[in-house]
Amino acid sequence: METIILFAPLIGALICGFGWKIIGETAACWVATSLLFLSAVLSWTVFVHFDGTTEQIQILRFIESGSLSTDWAIRLDRLTAIMLIVITTVSSLVHLYSFGYMDHDPQWKEGESYKPRFFAYLSFFTFAMLMLVTADNLVQMFFGWEGVGVASYLLIGFYYRKPSANAAAIKAFVVNRVGDFGFALGIFALFFLTDSINFDDIFAAAPELAETQLSFLWTEWNAANLVAFLLFIGAMGKSAQLFLHTWLPDAMEGPTPVSALIHAATMVTAGVFLVCRMSPIMEFAPEAMAFVTVLGAATAFFAATVGLVQTDIKRVIAYSTCSQLGYMFVAAGVGAYPVAMFHLLTHAFFKAMLFLGAGSVIHAMHHEQDMMNYGGLRKKIPYTFYAMLIGTLAITGVGIPLTGWIGFAGFASKDAVIESAYAAGPGGFAFWALVIAALFTSFYSWRLMFLTFWGTPRGDKHTHEHAHESPTVMLIPLGVLAVGSVFAGAIWYSSFFGKQNEVIKFFGGHYEAPSEELKAAVAERSPKASELKYVMADAPGEAGIYIKPENTVLHEAHYVPTWVKLSPFVAMLLGLAVAFWFYIVNPEMPKRLAENQRPLYLFLKNKWYFDELYDYVFVRPAKWIGSFFWKRGDGDVIDGSLNGVAMGIIPFFTRLAGRAQSGYIFTYAFAMVIGIAVLITWMTLSGGAN
Amino acid sequence: MDNLLSIVTFIPALAALILLVFLRGDDEDANRNAKWVAMFATSATFLVSLFILAGFDPQDTGMQFVEEREWLLGLQYKMGVDGISVLFVMLTTFMMPLVIAASWDVKLRVKEYMIAFLLLETLMLGVFMALDLVLFYLFFEAGLIPMFLIIGIWGGANRIYASFKFFLYTFLGSVLMLVAMVGMFADAGTTDIEALLRHEFAFADFSVLGIQVVGGMQTLMFLAFFASFAVKMPMWPVHTWLPDAHVQAPTAGSVVLAAILLKLGGYGFIRFSLPMFPVAAEIWSPMILWLSAIAIVYTSLVALVQEDMKKLIAYSSVAHMGFVTMGIFAANQQGVDGAIFQMISHGFISGALFLCVGVIYDRMHTREIDAYGGLVNRMPAYAMIFMLFTMANVGLPGTSGFVGEFLTLMAVFQVNTWVAVVATTGVIFSAAYALWLYRRVVMGDLIKESLKSITDMSPRERWIFAPLVAMTLLLGVYPALVLDVTGPSVAALVSNYDTALAAAEAASQLASN
Repeated sequence: METIILFAPLIGALICGFGWKIIGETAACWVATSLLFLSAVLSWTVFVHFDGTTEQIQILRFIESGSLSTDWAIRLDRLTAIMLIVITTVSSLVHLYSFGYMDHDPQWKEGESYKPRFFAYLSFFTFAMLMLVTADNLVQMFFGWEGVGVASYLLIGFYYRKPSANAAAIKAFVVNRVGDFGFALGIFALFFLTDSINFDDIFAAAPELAETQLSFLWTEWNAANLVAFLLFIGAMGKSAQLFLHTWLPDAMEGPTPVSALIHAATMVTAGVFLVCRMSPIMEFAPEAMAFVTVLGAATAFFAATVGLVQTDIKRVIAYSTCSQLGYMFVAAGVGAYPVAMFHLLTHAFFKAMLFLGAGSVIHAMHHEQDMMNYGGLRKKIPYTFYAMLIGTLAITGVGIPLTGWIGFAGFASKDAVIESAYAAGPGGFAFWALVIAALFTSFYSWRLMFLTFWGTPRGDKHTHEHAHESPTVMLIPLGVLAVGSVFAGAIWYSSFFGKQNEVIKFFGGHYEAPSEELKAAVAERSPKASELKYVMADAPGEAGIYIKPENTVLHEAHYVPTWVKLSPFVAMLLGLAVAFWFYIVNPEMPKRLAENQRPLYLFLKNKWYFDELYDYVFVRPAKWIGSFFWKRGDGDVIDGSLNGVAMGIIPFFTRLAGRAQSGYIFTYAFAMVIGIAVLITWMTLSGGAN
Repeated sequence: MDNLLSIVTFIPALAALILLVFLRGDDEDANRNAKWVAMFATSATFLVSLFILAGFDPQDTGMQFVEEREWLLGLQYKMGVDGISVLFVMLTTFMMPLVIAASWDVKLRVKEYMIAFLLLETLMLGVFMALDLVLFYLFFEAGLIPMFLIIGIWGGANRIYASFKFFLYTFLGSVLMLVAMVGMFADAGTTDIEALLRHEFAFADFSVLGIQVVGGMQTLMFLAFFASFAVKMPMWPVHTWLPDAHVQAPTAGSVVLAAILLKLGGYGFIRFSLPMFPVAAEIWSPMILWLSAIAIVYTSLVALVQEDMKKLIAYSSVAHMGFVTMGIFAANQQGVDGAIFQMISHGFISGALFLCVGVIYDRMHTREIDAYGGLVNRMPAYAMIFMLFTMANVGLPGTSGFVGEFLTLMAVFQVNTWVAVVATTGVIFSAAYALWLYRRVVMGDLIKESLKSITDMSPRERWIFAPLVAMTLLLGVYPALVLDVTGPSVAALVSNYDTALAAAEAASQLASN
């Protein structure tokens, strides 16, 4: 069954991509879509019936060289099962949605076939993503990792006539490659240390790695920390974390369904998945984990600030994604892997919905993406409006405070992240960054809603008059995702962020009573916390995730002070209030503020000038150095001096050849060559004679 | 058949002889016959060579299908293949029919053209099979001649310069190798490669003209061989002949050059340098690893700013060969396996990329990147195939380009992390130059007037690419096809290398005590 889940999308992609000329465009797209629905149904079956024991299915041999031995294989544990439902559900809904969205796309000329290509890419992406999450070793994971990168490249550049789309596609691929550079080095280091890159072996060796020193570049490193850090660089690229985030906003050049599937719900969360998958190593790498936390928090904050001032509806949501990914990394960084996965799950629902909703708005507004040209669309596109409203309530985290789980999906998971951050470092940077980011999130999300659906219509009058609700195929996915955005948090709260024993069991682990010293230490650290009853009993790698007994963040997060538990809620209300004031009560306010605080506004508007900085620091120098090496290095130094002898001889021969009438070079060359052959023979023979 | 190797080697030469003697005239019919004879001969060679693969036993790490005969003047004719060379033989016989098919539209001196390629095939096969130093050298050097002619006669505008540069670079390197071979014969008393592989060359330090030579005789011989193979590879900084040669060579010439001729150097390193001069190889490997890493970064950056498509791909070839030398001199199982894999895979991928350039060159007669743009609008099939090989060139997992890079980098990480880090940056640069090339040629709107009537690939062109596409994907998904064949021989090579080093270490300890 797992094999069918994995390969159905690939078969769909192949049939759709190559067979559409035979079976027709519409049939091809339906084949791809129905195969994905098949995958989705089977994934849910697997998820629901999963009993917690890790299962491995060999498919084919892969790279084998000496002690390196890898297979194409499926590893099914809870972590994989969660990702399976996320990927196949969102992907099948996005396929369905695309029937409406991609119909009569104005980017294409009459009679051009683009839909089969689009569906084939989407299905291929899904296959690669499934390969990533079902991998049983790092090299197969790397296959999926790069495979989704290619799919993302192809889909961002889907409108290949647009120069901006082509540029964005290359940028996405190359920036991701920077991350992959770290990922690959991490794999090499692991092989060097453990002589294997299969998960079972490296996880079993994890405790040793913590004790091992590895000399890398100029100095000795703690092996676990180094490996964790290198792998995290890969995660930074894929999940658009600070410094390697620049590709994600540009990726919005792709069609909106792509943004929903790849750049919101699935591919960008691969980094979070990687960190959780590597939890057995991460648990032994405290310094690397601190780095993950700080970078995640910084990203959450940074992206939220930029999101405040963007006017392109998709870019706002893109920065929001970037920011939410930061939340997930904070959770993973403090050791609360279930919480990271929880937020990943709920985020997939509400963010996919926000994007698809935005797509519906864009569709209604004839591919206008600037929110400054929206306004008052509530009545025109009511279903889309309600969907977006639910999405906004979910992302801003609306719920009943202090209950923990009664609320929209984002309420349960985001609060869990913030509480974990506090539990791990009370009053620290991560906690405060996340709370402030929550305020910003609420502001930009409501700003988006108010600008789009409230107020008076702005921009082209004709477009507004013709704004229309999207077809049913687009509204069904919105409806399904809306259900998820409302209930996902409440349903899975106890599995991901419930009692210690429930969470461990959910992830396929076993629990036992903690040692007395540990109990005492926890009691001393968090006096409010009830007694620690359970810790994980499994060795690293036996369950879906690994939580060291000493890591009690998940337990302590439930007993943070009340003001901490209230803080995200207060931040949300504050953001809503300010947005309401700015965009409903006093619409002149934002403009005035932008003029008053012009440098700050420009700084945010231009995304902290990262693109400009990178252009000056990396792109231009690379080209300059390339030219220098070519003209000066190859041209002057190597050809000019190192081989001056040869260069002296060539013109001589050229003259000789030139003097000979054209056409007779053949003869001359042959004469010369025969001479050489004779020379060689003579030298060899005389050498032999001695 | 106990002379299978000779049959495979000399079928093309026989066909060349037939063409030379029996084919008269320069009319349409004669040209067509020349093409079909060449096609038939290369295909037959490939089919017969399949018997080699079928009868080859990977577990046997010694030479197989060995033929040994007396030859003129007391020299011996000895051929054989092992796990290291057999796949190069297969690569050559596999590529040549495609090369002939790609030359179907040649108009100038068709007969001579086909003769040159047929002779070249014989000589290249001979290099990979020769088990005698003299024989090896003859094949190795004689291979230059047809290639020199191919560039010099059927090449582009600046072909004379390029062909002489090609010839002199590679020839000057080889002269030193010849001297070393004479020395080897003097020392070991035989030119039999199998015997030489067992012979231990002296490695005691000595001084020449006051200069201390660490590693003694081995170092001198190693460096002499190095000079020849490094130029052939080509390694930085003796790579500059390659871009010129590629740019001027006709499409089929570029394909042979990139797919097969560049592999002679790598094969030489694995056959001679590593097993025969282990002590010297160990001494010089840090330098070679660094040259490889520099090659990867340097040529990738140079590729980034090229304006000529063929030059860009030529520089990218140099970068990919950097992975090969790096893998070989990491001198562990993954490294040498990876190097062989990378060479085989690069044969398909770079061959295909040069064919891709050929497809549009045949239509527009320019290689200037700026002359193109938006080809996807009129050439969807071409766009797809070019995309596949661009991604393979970038080393995307799932294509054969990945496995070699991955293994060689993994190998070098175990030896020198600095080199590994520098070389791994190559994955970033390769993505940048390859995708940027693709964008400028294929993507975008079709604006240029001259391209408005360009046609997509013909069935003949598609059929040429089909086997290359199949091999690239097949080896990418199931690399065991190559690694199973090379593995045992490489394991033996590596263990002999380590044993020799350990023995040398023990000997020098003994000497110092």
